[in-house]
Amino acid sequence: MGRMPKWADAVLVPLLSLIIAFVISGLVILAIGEDPVEALKIMVTGALGSTYGWGYTLYYATNFIFTGLAVAIAFHAGLFNIGGEGQATLGGLGVAVACLMLPWPHWSLALLASVVLSAAFGAAWAAAPAWLQAKRGSHIVITTIMFNFIAAALLNYLLVNVMRPRGQMDPASARFPAETNLPDLHQMLGWFGIPFAKGTPANVSLFVALIACVAVWAIIWRTRLGYEIRSFGKSEKAAIYAGISPVRITMYAMLISGALSGLMAVNTVQGEANRLLLNSVEGAGFIGIAVALMGRSHPVGVFFAALLFGFLYQGGAELALWTKIPRELITVIQALVILFTGALDDMVRVPLKRLFLASGRGGQ
Amino acid sequence: MDFATIIQILDSTVRLATPLLLACLAGLYSERSGVFDIGLEGKMLIAAFASAAAAAATGSVWLGLLAGIFASLMLAGLHGLASITFRGNQLISGVAINFLASGLTVLLGQKWFGLGGRTPSLEGAARFEPITLPFAGSIAPVPVLGPIYSELISGHSILVYVAIALVPASAWLLYRTRFGLRLRAVGENPAAVDTAGVSVTGIRYAAVAITGILCGLAGAYLSTALAAGFGREMTAGKGFIALAALIFAKWRPWYALAACMLFGLLEAVSIRYQSIDLGFVMIPVQFTQALPYILTVVILAGFIGKAVPPRAGGEPYVKER
Repeated sequence: MGRMPKWADAVLVPLLSLIIAFVISGLVILAIGEDPVEALKIMVTGALGSTYGWGYTLYYATNFIFTGLAVAIAFHAGLFNIGGEGQATLGGLGVAVACLMLPWPHWSLALLASVVLSAAFGAAWAAAPAWLQAKRGSHIVITTIMFNFIAAALLNYLLVNVMRPRGQMDPASARFPAETNLPDLHQMLGWFGIPFAKGTPANVSLFVALIACVAVWAIIWRTRLGYEIRSFGKSEKAAIYAGISPVRITMYAMLISGALSGLMAVNTVQGEANRLLLNSVEGAGFIGIAVALMGRSHPVGVFFAALLFGFLYQGGAELALWTKIPRELITVIQALVILFTGALDDMVRVPLKRLFLASGRGGQ
Repeated sequence: MDFATIIQILDSTVRLATPLLLACLAGLYSERSGVFDIGLEGKMLIAAFASAAAAAATGSVWLGLLAGIFASLMLAGLHGLASITFRGNQLISGVAINFLASGLTVLLGQKWFGLGGRTPSLEGAARFEPITLPFAGSIAPVPVLGPIYSELISGHSILVYVAIALVPASAWLLYRTRFGLRLRAVGENPAAVDTAGVSVTGIRYAAVAITGILCGLAGAYLSTALAAGFGREMTAGKGFIALAALIFAKWRPWYALAACMLFGLLEAVSIRYQSIDLGFVMIPVQFTQALPYILTVVILAGFIGKAVPPRAGGEPYVKER
């Protein structure tokens, strides 16, 4: 049996799936009586045509890098972490605790504290489903879904009954002190004299996300733990035979995954809102699934897939602003990407494989 | 709490438990045949939308019901295609279906009605009206039994009685017919069924189709009986509570009835009371809302009776290796 070349597997298959997803999305736009080409133009100019647009695109992309990496590392261990939403919710709680607990003299110290606490809170929320999977055999998909809902209820309770300042009506925490506010790209690039639009939410967390990409790559392909995670994911039986403890790997993979999801909150809670709101995750945990699938669970792929979804998010907002196409178009595109790159993968892969085999034989 | 209040809470329990029960039984067929389905939510949502849209357009709730079942069946077919024919990941397919429904309902709703994703309010023949059972009026004055019969048992829409009737029907179908035996076997050991000359693919598609029909009923109930029209994201996690109930019920029909009634009761209580004062401790409403999920985790963990899913669940069947 021949095999497809590696580049085809890594790039061509996801690209083809993506094209199918976009063609269908174009048909959906046609079906609701709008012009897909015009829509694409608006999306590109709105999301990529100015540094202002880029400021939003990169802000969304930062969220998706974190959640995408989170899903990806769990995939490597053969686990499906669908609980990014809940873990990021808890991460937000960690950020709020970090920012409100001590009077920080400088944002860099506050950032350090919130990175540590958001990762710890996110990891803690992933720990219970991981432990239940490893020790009791409870299906991790179901438990992480349940933990998403429990996290939402917990945050709702804490914001309404505990963290809400006296006299405030809406369920949110107090505003964080000004010293904890993270510098945005306008400020940061200003230090180097590069002009960037003011008032966009993209902030220093983007660089934390990039560091996370490198760190995840290093963990997965350059450490013993990463090797164990990958072998466990490829074949549980072989890994156990090789002396790899399934409990340990499940725990570590899920703890890292939860920590990455939790880190997302640094971007949204500390970088943008400056206080803890009821729904600051806004589905980014689920988009991580699409991002990880499209990026083939590789940090480089995750980075580009996150950029693409950042573009879609900002572009979708522009569409809703300038045309009659509602923002929910992005949800449909997201669904199609998940469907074609995830569940219907074989539909693209198998014919492509045959094609490669046929052409390979012809060449001999 | 007096007797009338208890009757009222139980009455709303029955109404709130019905969509859960329909969706839970829907999931039962699919999962018992070895196809995991976390897309119950999406199928309910699109059925709720299609029913309300068709009922609003035609003025007939029955045509609405048909449209809802059809829409839900389409998504079920997609799930079947991805997870049975193309042997894709069933969980990922379910996630995709949930998003697809969530996006499409708003997109089409906005296009057709321009109400920000809502459908117009339904009234008259475009809704399922409550049915008054015989003698409900004359028995009502009888103490205790009167209110129980006239308020709790009588006065629901037809889909409520259909949902309840589906419990024994499903139990009979699953445990007393050849189709049911095969369906359960396909979920436990598909290779054995294949050896007996029965099509694994056929049985699984049939099970997924039943799931589609029942999710259609659940969605239609939400938008044309419980509410008078569709609102965006109106399922609000009900599909996942149904999934939780299915696990809580250990994939059994009669237990499913009990689990859905319990979760319906929790919902009814959390709507009626903001927090419950037990004297020594206050239970916040958020705890009551989270309780179905917490209970499901506990039962999954096997601390109180272990829930064991069908053995071949989640795995595509590959004939011959």
